[in-house]
Amino acid sequence: MNLIIISGLLGVLLMFTGVFVKNKRTISYVAIAAVLFALIANTAELQGHDWFNINAAAQMLQPNTLGLLMNEIMLLSCLIYFILSGRAIEQVGEFVADYYALIFFILAGVGIVTSFTNLLMLFLGIEIISIPLYILTGSDKRNLKSNEASLKYFLMGAFSTGLMLMGIALIYGGTGSFELSRIQTAQVSYNLVGGLLLLFCSMLFKVSGAPFHFWTPDVYDGAPTVFTSFMATIVKVAAFVAFIHMFDATHGFIGRKYQLMVSIIIALTLLFGNITAVFQQSVKRMLAYSSIAQAGFMLFALFAFTPIAREAIVLYGAAYCFATIGIFAVLVKMEDYTYDGFNGLAKSEPLLALLVTVFLFSLAGIPLTLGFFSKYYMIASALSTGGQYLWLVILAMLCAAVSVYYYFRVIQAMYFKPGVGQTIEHTVPFKVALVALAAMVLIFGIMPQALLQFLYF
Amino acid sequence: MPIDYYIYLSVILFSIGVTGVLTRRNAIIVFMCIELMLNAVNLLLVAFSKMHHARAAVSDAATSIGTDGQLFVFFIMVVAAAEVSVGLAIIVMMYRNVHNVDINFLNRLKN
Repeated sequence: MNLIIISGLLGVLLMFTGVFVKNKRTISYVAIAAVLFALIANTAELQGHDWFNINAAAQMLQPNTLGLLMNEIMLLSCLIYFILSGRAIEQVGEFVADYYALIFFILAGVGIVTSFTNLLMLFLGIEIISIPLYILTGSDKRNLKSNEASLKYFLMGAFSTGLMLMGIALIYGGTGSFELSRIQTAQVSYNLVGGLLLLFCSMLFKVSGAPFHFWTPDVYDGAPTVFTSFMATIVKVAAFVAFIHMFDATHGFIGRKYQLMVSIIIALTLLFGNITAVFQQSVKRMLAYSSIAQAGFMLFALFAFTPIAREAIVLYGAAYCFATIGIFAVLVKMEDYTYDGFNGLAKSEPLLALLVTVFLFSLAGIPLTLGFFSKYYMIASALSTGGQYLWLVILAMLCAAVSVYYYFRVIQAMYFKPGVGQTIEHTVPFKVALVALAAMVLIFGIMPQALLQFLYF
Repeated sequence: MPIDYYIYLSVILFSIGVTGVLTRRNAIIVFMCIELMLNAVNLLLVAFSKMHHARAAVSDAATSIGTDGQLFVFFIMVVAAAEVSVGLAIIVMMYRNVHNVDINFLNRLKN
C-alpha cells in the first residue's frame, strides 16, 4: 500500500513542481529524490511496516512478498533509469514535469497490479499503467513515427482492455464474484473457463507474447527512445507479475490442457522473437524483438507455478530490467541507431563499451552474469514439472543460442569493426550509475541467493 | 426474462465491436467499435449482477450479493472516459500532422 499511495501523491507533487519550477534539471532532481522516497517506503513495507492501514474492510489489495520484492526491483530500476536518462527525458519536450508525473502514476498502477486480490483492482491497475503510457509514447508530438506508435498502441491497448473486460464479465457470470479466493473455490463452468481464456489473451497482449505480439516492434521503435526503455522493462515486468498472480490462483481450472496451451505460446513467442531479431539492422528495433524473445523466457514462470518459478521470475525481472535499462541508456546517446553506429566505440569510449558488453552478456545468458541464472532457473522450473515438455526446454536452449548471434553483433561492432567511435558526453553520476548497474548484474550473477533471500526472510 | 437473451445480445454487440476493430480503416470508427465492446460488457455485467441478486434474494430478501457487478460498471465507465480523452487527443495530434485518420497509414512504420 505504501507504494500505491506515495507514488500517486508524488505524481501530483511532480505536476505542481512543473508549475512552479521552470528549470528542467531541478525537476529531474526532484524526480530522483521522489523515486528514492518511494523506494524507501516500499523497503519499509517489505520489512513489515505498512504505513497506510486503510485496507481492513474490503481486502481488495493484499501485498505479498513476491509482489513487494518485484516492486523493489522495479523501483530500483526506475531510480537508476532516472539517473541515467534524466537528460534524455528533458530533451523529449518542454513538459518535463508531466512526463515524470505520468511515470509516477504508472508506478502507482504497478503497486496495484502486484498486490490485487480482486479482478476490479487488476483492471484498474492495468489501466492506470496503460493510459499514461499511451501519452508517453506519443510525447514527441512533432514526430510522425511517435504519433503512429502512440495511435497503434492506444488502439491495440484499448482492444485488449475490451477483451479483458469481457473475460472478467464472463468470470463474474460463472462465479458471482470478482474475488480471486472465491473464484478459486467456485465450480467449473463454461463461463468461467471462457472468461479465463479471454483474460489470458488480453494479458498476453500486455506482455507481448505470441500471437499477440505484433504491435510491439512498431510501438517500441516509434516511441521516444527513453520511454521505450521504460515501457520495455518496468511496465513489462509489472504486467508479468500481474499475469502470474492472476493465473497462479486460477490455472487449476484449465487443468493439464493449460500447460499444453502455454507451451505452444512459449514456443511461438521464442521462435518469432529470436528469428526476427536476427534480421534487424537497427539496434533499437533489435532490442524490441529481443524483448519479445525475453518475454518468451519469462512465460516459463506461467508454465510451471512452482517455488522455483517464483524465484525465476524475480531473477529474470531483475536481469532483464537492469541489462535493458543499461543498454538503452547508452543507445539514447547514440546518433546512429544502426549496428554501424556502434563501430569503434571501444576506442572512443572504452568504459561504456565494456559496460554495454556486460549487459549484452547478461541478456544473452552468459555465465557469471545475472542473465545466466535467471535463464537457468526458468529452465529448471520447466523441468521440475516432469519430462513430457522436454522439447520445449530444448527449443528454449536453441533460441538462447540464436539470441547470442544478434546480441554479439553489437559487441563485434564495438570492438572489431573499424571506425572512429562516437564520443558520448556523459557526466559523473551517469558513469557511476552505469557502473553500479553492471556491478549488480555481476554480483547477483555470482550470488543469486543474495536477491532471492528476500522472498523468504 | 431469461438471462440467455441478455447474454446473446451482449455477445452479438461484442462481436460487432471486434469485427469493426479488425476490419474498419478509419481510426474514429475503430475507436467507436472499441466503445461498443466496452458497452456490451457493461450490459452483460448488469445482467449477471441482476441474475446473481435474484438467486440470492430467494433465501434472503435483504442480500447485497450482485451489487459488485453494478459497481464494476461505474468503474468501466470512468476508465472508458479517461481512455476516450487520451485517445481523441492522440487522434487529433495525428490529424494535425498528416490531415488524415486512416489506419492504413500506420503501416509505414514497418519499414
